[in-house]
Amino acid sequence: MAIWLDQNSKVIVQGMTGSEGRKHTQRMVVAGTRIVGGVTPGKGGQSVTFEEDPVPVFDTVADARDATGANTSVVFVPAPYAKAAVLDAIAAEIELVVVITEGIPVKDTAEFVASARRSGKTRIIGPNCPGLISPGQSNVGIIPPNIAGAGPIGLVSKSGTLTYQMMFELRDLGFSSAVGIGGDPVNGTSHIDALSAFEDDPETEAIVLIGEIGGDAEERAAAYIAEHVSKPVVAYVAGFTAPVGKTMGHAGAIVTGSSGTAAAKKAALEAVGVKVGRTPSETASLMRAILA
Amino acid sequence: MDLFEYQARDMFEASGVPVLRGLVATTPEEAESAAARLGTPVVVVKAQVKTGGRGKAGGVKLARSPQEAAARAADILGMDIKGHTVRQVMVAEGAEIADEYYFSLLLDRTTGKYLAMCSVEGGMDIETLAVERPDALVRFPIDPNAGLDAVAAAEIVAQAGFAEADRDAVASVLVRLGEVYRDNDATLVEVNPLVKTADGRIIALDGKVTLDGNAEFRHPEWAQYRDEASEDPLEVRAKALDLNYVKLDGSVGIIGNGAGLVMSTLDVVAAAGADLPGSPRPANFLDIGGGASAQVMANGLEIILSDPQVRVVFVNVFGGITACSEVAKGIIDALGMLGEKATKPIVVRLDGNAVKIGRHMLTEAAHPLVELADTMDAAARRAAELAAE
Repeated sequence: MAIWLDQNSKVIVQGMTGSEGRKHTQRMVVAGTRIVGGVTPGKGGQSVTFEEDPVPVFDTVADARDATGANTSVVFVPAPYAKAAVLDAIAAEIELVVVITEGIPVKDTAEFVASARRSGKTRIIGPNCPGLISPGQSNVGIIPPNIAGAGPIGLVSKSGTLTYQMMFELRDLGFSSAVGIGGDPVNGTSHIDALSAFEDDPETEAIVLIGEIGGDAEERAAAYIAEHVSKPVVAYVAGFTAPVGKTMGHAGAIVTGSSGTAAAKKAALEAVGVKVGRTPSETASLMRAILA
Repeated sequence: MDLFEYQARDMFEASGVPVLRGLVATTPEEAESAAARLGTPVVVVKAQVKTGGRGKAGGVKLARSPQEAAARAADILGMDIKGHTVRQVMVAEGAEIADEYYFSLLLDRTTGKYLAMCSVEGGMDIETLAVERPDALVRFPIDPNAGLDAVAAAEIVAQAGFAEADRDAVASVLVRLGEVYRDNDATLVEVNPLVKTADGRIIALDGKVTLDGNAEFRHPEWAQYRDEASEDPLEVRAKALDLNYVKLDGSVGIIGNGAGLVMSTLDVVAAAGADLPGSPRPANFLDIGGGASAQVMANGLEIILSDPQVRVVFVNVFGGITACSEVAKGIIDALGMLGEKATKPIVVRLDGNAVKIGRHMLTEAAHPLVELADTMDAAARRAAELAAE
């Protein structure tokens, strides 16, 4: 098992014909992901060959879904066109839409996230995220597939490279799924959504939560853990040294005033019994002690 | 990106939000002629700084003649308000105020929607109002796809308890402010105070607007808002090179890939330096992004080495898309270009994509300033030690 993505997931790539989409589709195919089609408006009927297998391109997500039975889409469409692409996937009732694109205006994200919630059919992960991987089964996005294999740990993180770092630290134990939810102020899937899914996933024995400054997602995750999560959780929070009022790369990672600081997040998590590491490697040690 | 009040005023005016006339001035002479052009018996000279509390700091003054406006501008220009130097003032018409209200529309990260906040008790600091009189502040969620329409505006003014006679006028201003928010890709539009004048007009007397930097590609007009005078010169240079750089005050230069990993690197360095002499701290945040080329890496290194406060550089890369071989090449290229001008030690930790090649390249190059470390924690410790020496 795993969450949201497994070996049965049939994946289409929106923006597959662009340079980024092509490069990452190649990596996903090599990693064993079932890529069944691509979508680029105006290029329907063409195909792109990966590892000697031609992958058909469709004009719309609905066309791709009808022809291939796809239930998952990954979006590499450039920021100015990303909203239209995601709305196309929502209209086609794709179950899981993973938006890798960075730099999408938050207004566009707020609109497509609201549309997905209203539809009730589509889960969005991202935007500005590395995607998710269920090692040994499927990999959707840009997480390197060879860092760690399958195992008992579920991981949820706002940050891509911290996801890689933590998978690397715990590569001997392995992961059920690792989900990068993205660092933008608005995202389709929260820490809480992932905690809930990991709690229900029988293969997941323990959970690593990686947060960073900005917003109150970690504080809300802490409250959720206290009420609803029986599995052990360890956490890491980045941004203790970040100055107030400065954006640190992730559009969401900005401390404004007293709330949203790393210290406040760490305190909220520790208050509900979550062990919080001071560095990624110390966090990995905490997890190791739990699974020993 | 935050706007100055006068920029928000102009934006409001363009969207049909009622505002008072106001002219920006950078010298007392300009303030004098602005007051003369406005021609009202009273003008207000207001410091233009991107921070709150300027009234309390003495940055807002009344003037009853153009000469007095010049004198007040002379007082205010050059003032320091919470670390912001006043370089411009706005000279605005005076108005007789009957009532003060509060309104804001902002992105609510918790819900992913927008949040309108409104109160008939304006003029006060909104954080204080929210704490001391929470019932007086209406919080009204706005669906991003619907926006702040007439129905929502009518509901907000009713809940806030505006007098029956004022509701239509206030609601129509709120709808206009909703259009300002939507049409300008704002993440915050705040009016404090929104006022009713003695002659019954509803006017946005002050304005605070924050724009979403991600939307810059569809707003060529935002070029006018660039404020390089108040930015750090290294940040300006880094931005021109498309690097994500924030200047901090320590002595350990940091380069990494991915915002989360770089933030984490800052923390690990600060923790490693805490017990050392002088407690070395990070000098900057610099994210070279995903899939960076050797050129990007070299540009980043060059920016950091040109910061006189930097004593040592810590390069921390976990290659996902980024190839460690490109990072190594960037370091070698930058050191080659700098030649004898490069004098600061560089501690390098590489893992992930193409790590063997990357480490091998650095070992082969054997540059006397470059040290390889095995782990992120060990590298942070070493960098902090070098900065403390």
